[in-house]
Amino acid sequence: MSKDHIRELVVLSGKGGTGKTSVTASFALLANKAVLADCDVDAADLHLLLTPMVEQRHAFMSGHEAVIRQQDCTGCGICMDSCRFDAIRKDGTVCRIDPVACEGCSVCYRLCPDKAIDFPERVCGEWMVSGTRCGPMVHAQLGVAAENSGKLVTTVREQAWAVAVDKRIPLIISDGPPGIGCPVIASLSGVSLALVVTEPTVSGLHDLQRVLALARHFSVPAAVCVNKWDINPQQTEKIEAAARSAGAAVTGRIRYDRSVTQAQLQQKAAVELDSGAGDDIRVIWKQVTELL
Amino acid sequence: MNTIAFTTAGQELAAALDPRFGRAANFLIYDTAQKSTRIIKNQQGRSAAQGAGIQAAETIVRAGVDTLVTGHCGPKAFKVLAAADVQVFNCNAATVDEALHELLAGRLTAAENSDVEGHW
Amino acid sequence: MAAARKQNSYRIAVASGKGGTGKTTVALNLAVMFGEPVQLADCDVEEPNDNLFLRCEQLTPHEVTMLVPEVDPQRCNGCGACGELCQFRGIVSLGSRALVFPELCHGCGGCALVCPTGALTERRHRIGTISVGQSGLIRQIEGRLEVGVSLVPPVIRGVRDQLLDDVPAILDAPPGTSCPVVATLRESDYLVLVTDPTPFGLHDLKLAVALAKELRLPCGVVVNRVGEDLVGLHRYCQDENLPILLSLPDDRQIAEVTSRGDLVALALPEYGLMFSELATKLKHNLTHPGGTP
Repeated sequence: MSKDHIRELVVLSGKGGTGKTSVTASFALLANKAVLADCDVDAADLHLLLTPMVEQRHAFMSGHEAVIRQQDCTGCGICMDSCRFDAIRKDGTVCRIDPVACEGCSVCYRLCPDKAIDFPERVCGEWMVSGTRCGPMVHAQLGVAAENSGKLVTTVREQAWAVAVDKRIPLIISDGPPGIGCPVIASLSGVSLALVVTEPTVSGLHDLQRVLALARHFSVPAAVCVNKWDINPQQTEKIEAAARSAGAAVTGRIRYDRSVTQAQLQQKAAVELDSGAGDDIRVIWKQVTELL
Repeated sequence: MNTIAFTTAGQELAAALDPRFGRAANFLIYDTAQKSTRIIKNQQGRSAAQGAGIQAAETIVRAGVDTLVTGHCGPKAFKVLAAADVQVFNCNAATVDEALHELLAGRLTAAENSDVEGHW
Repeated sequence: MAAARKQNSYRIAVASGKGGTGKTTVALNLAVMFGEPVQLADCDVEEPNDNLFLRCEQLTPHEVTMLVPEVDPQRCNGCGACGELCQFRGIVSLGSRALVFPELCHGCGGCALVCPTGALTERRHRIGTISVGQSGLIRQIEGRLEVGVSLVPPVIRGVRDQLLDDVPAILDAPPGTSCPVVATLRESDYLVLVTDPTPFGLHDLKLAVALAKELRLPCGVVVNRVGEDLVGLHRYCQDENLPILLSLPDDRQIAEVTSRGDLVALALPEYGLMFSELATKLKHNLTHPGGTP
């Protein structure tokens, strides 16, 4: 199957916790055939609803880190003085590098007069290819305190594309990361449509605008839906107006509904239960498929 | 125009032209004098967390390339290529072969600037 | 950690494994009910939201800069040592000249160190803005990343640099557990982890606790939107010896007040009391280390 026939939808939120993952899971259930990609690699949650069976695991390497060979260290402290990131401290007679603070810049490795520092590649997490009740899923988990450059997100997307081409599945649904930094950019560039799930709050509006600006910057068509809209109908209207003036399609509203959490507890998506929010999501999905 | 680089995921002239530069899988290098081809892998560009375009640009500059034909080229990569006097041509032909013909027939215009934002 | 600072100047970080648990709500309302002068640092520099609630008007801006290299083309001999050392493609050597990409530079200074001809000097490059203001007893510090900059931790370090050493501080961290969060948590004395009683909340709480352990930070938990079965969460906290410092009910009113940009502790007095009690617990815990709150 050629790449041109595959459509990719990314679900974003700007600020976290707006219900993006819950909506993505419901979409996964409603789609006829889709490859799922969990690009929220820092706090991956989609698997909690889709219960994947892991078929492959791969280590994710990114950048390097400096490691001192204690037995060769003379404690001269040149590394400590040259580290701009405060990652090296004296520990008795030798120097010690804090791996969490180490930026992987290689300066200490270069300067050590006794060549007592190694500079290996760093394992920053892992990515997996799995099967779920909705189709194949590519997901990952970034290591604790790892740098979130977007490279792991790119890896997840590339693998999702490979699966889509291989299994002839014409749709990729991706659960995007929060914010507007590199991970979001990596999940956004080149997609067919970005759906932003937001909430009717002042921060929801503020962060929505930043995400829509980002989508425009990368020429990605955008759509918006407001979750828990009935908490603040006035703010909902403000957000929908802002979305329209930013050139984004308004696809619908999801009501505040406890059944979404109920579904989570049962490891299901809202559309799998008798749920008002689920019905609202169905309507939005229809709009989204028309836009894709 | 002696040494031309084309972005591709394939290994020969009939292969598809990759629209991206920084993250392209390979560069197919065509020598106009010898009419020969060779492949250089874009290992570092693909595995770079950041600056993939820069890395890819460095790779082809070091390989002695003076012309690049690709779908799109971002601003950082463009800056490096311009500094090294590599001419950039944007082309939406489907295969490397078609792109080569477009180029040699004079139907492509040299880019004055990058045509997409970074991370594209 | 913070041995050098005075006893009164402890730093409480408020973080959460996942976004949207109410971390900012907790940080803000805790600051408002702190009962004495306190600093509130908004370290979520990609999406700073605290000032939407505090509405400080008089904010004094400070630039956050990073040292990036500048090439003197007269001195550059094209040896390539700089490009060869750089791990981030912040500087690239091409034949006879070197090109700098400030957006990618991490400011490590390595290139300038290895340059044999002294062609590289370092100059200050702006990566963000820190704004400082006062709202009642709260000294507010907001960090904002410059659009297009990809490196977040230096801006967060800039926020921390603005903290006064003799006033307690609350740091509103970005969501997640990656390096921006680590930059916020460094030099903190206590970590308040905000979660909700959903499976997502518990899963991401565990990631955050793993980070706290890695950084050797004592922590406590605040549970937001309690309305569901908490057994899993309670058991986890018991097993990990994590005190549950505060439980906020799943009260629609809280959502409504917050959605308007208002502070729950001021709009709804019963919650004001709860945040006041949280402040007391935390103060006690930090001035009498070793005791349980």
